[in-house]
Amino acid sequence: MTDESLRAVSPDIPVSSGAPGSLAGTARRVGFFLLVAAIVLYAVFPFYYAIVSSLKPGSALFRVDYFPFTWYFGNYASVFRGQPFGTNILNSLIVATSVVALSLFLGVTAAFALARIQFRGRGALLVTILAVSMFPQVAVLSGMFQLIRALGLYNHLSALVISYMIFTLPFTVWVLTTFMRELPKELEEAAILDGASAWTIVRRVFMPLMWPALVTTGLLAFIAAWNEFLFALTFTLTNDERTVPVGIAVMSGASAHELPWGNIMAASVIVTLPLVILVLAFQRRIVSGLTAGAVKG
Amino acid sequence: MTRKLQTRDTSWLAASRTRSAWLFLAPMLVILALVAGWPLLRTIWLAFTDANTLQLEQRKWIGFDNFLNHQDGRWYGVLADPVWWRSVKNTLWFTVCTVSIETVLGFGIALVLNRSFPGRGLVRAAILIPWAIPCVVSARIWGWLLNDQFGLINHVLQSLHIVEHPVAWTADPRLLMTSVVLVDVWKTTPFMALLILAALQMLPKECYEAALLDGTHPIKVFWRVTLPLVRPALMVAVIFRAIDALRVFDVIYVLTGANEQSMSMSIYARQQLFEFNQAGYGSAVSTLLFFIVALATIVLLVATRVRLGED
Repeated sequence: MTDESLRAVSPDIPVSSGAPGSLAGTARRVGFFLLVAAIVLYAVFPFYYAIVSSLKPGSALFRVDYFPFTWYFGNYASVFRGQPFGTNILNSLIVATSVVALSLFLGVTAAFALARIQFRGRGALLVTILAVSMFPQVAVLSGMFQLIRALGLYNHLSALVISYMIFTLPFTVWVLTTFMRELPKELEEAAILDGASAWTIVRRVFMPLMWPALVTTGLLAFIAAWNEFLFALTFTLTNDERTVPVGIAVMSGASAHELPWGNIMAASVIVTLPLVILVLAFQRRIVSGLTAGAVKG
Repeated sequence: MTRKLQTRDTSWLAASRTRSAWLFLAPMLVILALVAGWPLLRTIWLAFTDANTLQLEQRKWIGFDNFLNHQDGRWYGVLADPVWWRSVKNTLWFTVCTVSIETVLGFGIALVLNRSFPGRGLVRAAILIPWAIPCVVSARIWGWLLNDQFGLINHVLQSLHIVEHPVAWTADPRLLMTSVVLVDVWKTTPFMALLILAALQMLPKECYEAALLDGTHPIKVFWRVTLPLVRPALMVAVIFRAIDALRVFDVIYVLTGANEQSMSMSIYARQQLFEFNQAGYGSAVSTLLFFIVALATIVLLVATRVRLGED
């Protein structure tokens, strides 16, 4: 489903059915907006509170405040001093970008074959790909560990890029296939008559039309890779090869009971802010991507 | 989609297209075989050996001993380990609780967002934030909110006189699972809400108009019209969530650590594999987990009669 179709069929039922200006109508409207406000507060408050906490110096951290009274950036500075957090961010960026590039390339070529060419075994392939997307990561953990050791990639970022394919690739192929199938078939017929090769058709006919779907799947793959924890925890060993989720998870203070909450909150805000900006900028695309695979069923 | 080439002259074209189809699929299939097929088969194979994680090459075939074996009048193996059964119970409890709460709450939010009101797009973006936050980060933020001494939750509960003494949300063994469920519900309800919202927005408008003209009570409209119509999409969302919940790892691991009281199947498996270095035994756990999730998927698909994929 594209976001255009989503917009077109939205029922747009008006909020209040009471007569305008009537007491009951006003009460209902106020009630409705209180409900909306509660939903927004529920969704946003924990992250907001993390921001407020990250801006407090050590002692103030242990007092509950709902608004930032101090604008103290010490936590943001010290998070880069205690551990190689800058390197961790760079690692995450490298891994997530490579995962997006690789899964989009493999996804587009595969989706072209699955969506535009009728061949035997296509249905079975699609079901297999969907089945892989349901694999529990732990179910392949020891086999993957052995594979990575055998390839000599243990404690290398490329181990993460390769292993992340297990969850980004099925999803990418699935969404791109759904999208490609809906493009009119006249598109390529002219190109075929002109004698264009399949590769030319993909590159010249489909790619220009696929941008919305590529952006959506690329974003989702990026977020998935950026957030991944289990493989990153298992396949990297040293602080310098870690990605941010692992970096944040292993942050600890002098003892287990003295966690550096200021630093942890600052680090949390740093890694989440780019995602929040992406979400705000591309929310329509993300929603249409999330629902593309699932709602079709 | 059926796509037939019309003339016989072009049958060579069809053959060449089939060939190029496999050519185009090859890179993706190779990678998928490498990162999914091989590791899965290898894990299942390792489950029948006594491999050590540090020396994977030195191993011997021991049959089903990792799963269950009898020695000197006692039972050993995964299936005889009470900690494993504890993790199964925890995971099932987690799955049932989170999926049902998230479905009900998500449906409520979806119904609200299905109305048109100014700023709806912004609200939709706002509820995407918990979904986008890395699991690790949300576990950390909630660890802070639920902190027993300085956490906001205890502060609020105490000032409202709901509790007298601070509650040790992430330390009290009886509360660990509650805290974990709370955090997961916060993180994943928006995802459910958006999936249900998308389904609601695809419903034909006429159904509502007809029902409204009839003067049917809105609650009746919900049960008679809305729910049956979104049921297929709702079931798909519930199945996806349930499968996801059965393999839960991040939230629990970061919020409570590898604690027996809140251990999930995934945490148990990873602990055996990489903390106790028992590759064989851990692989047996992974294999069990794989078949439990596969079985649950099939049961859910059959029970709800949802068809995934097409053709």
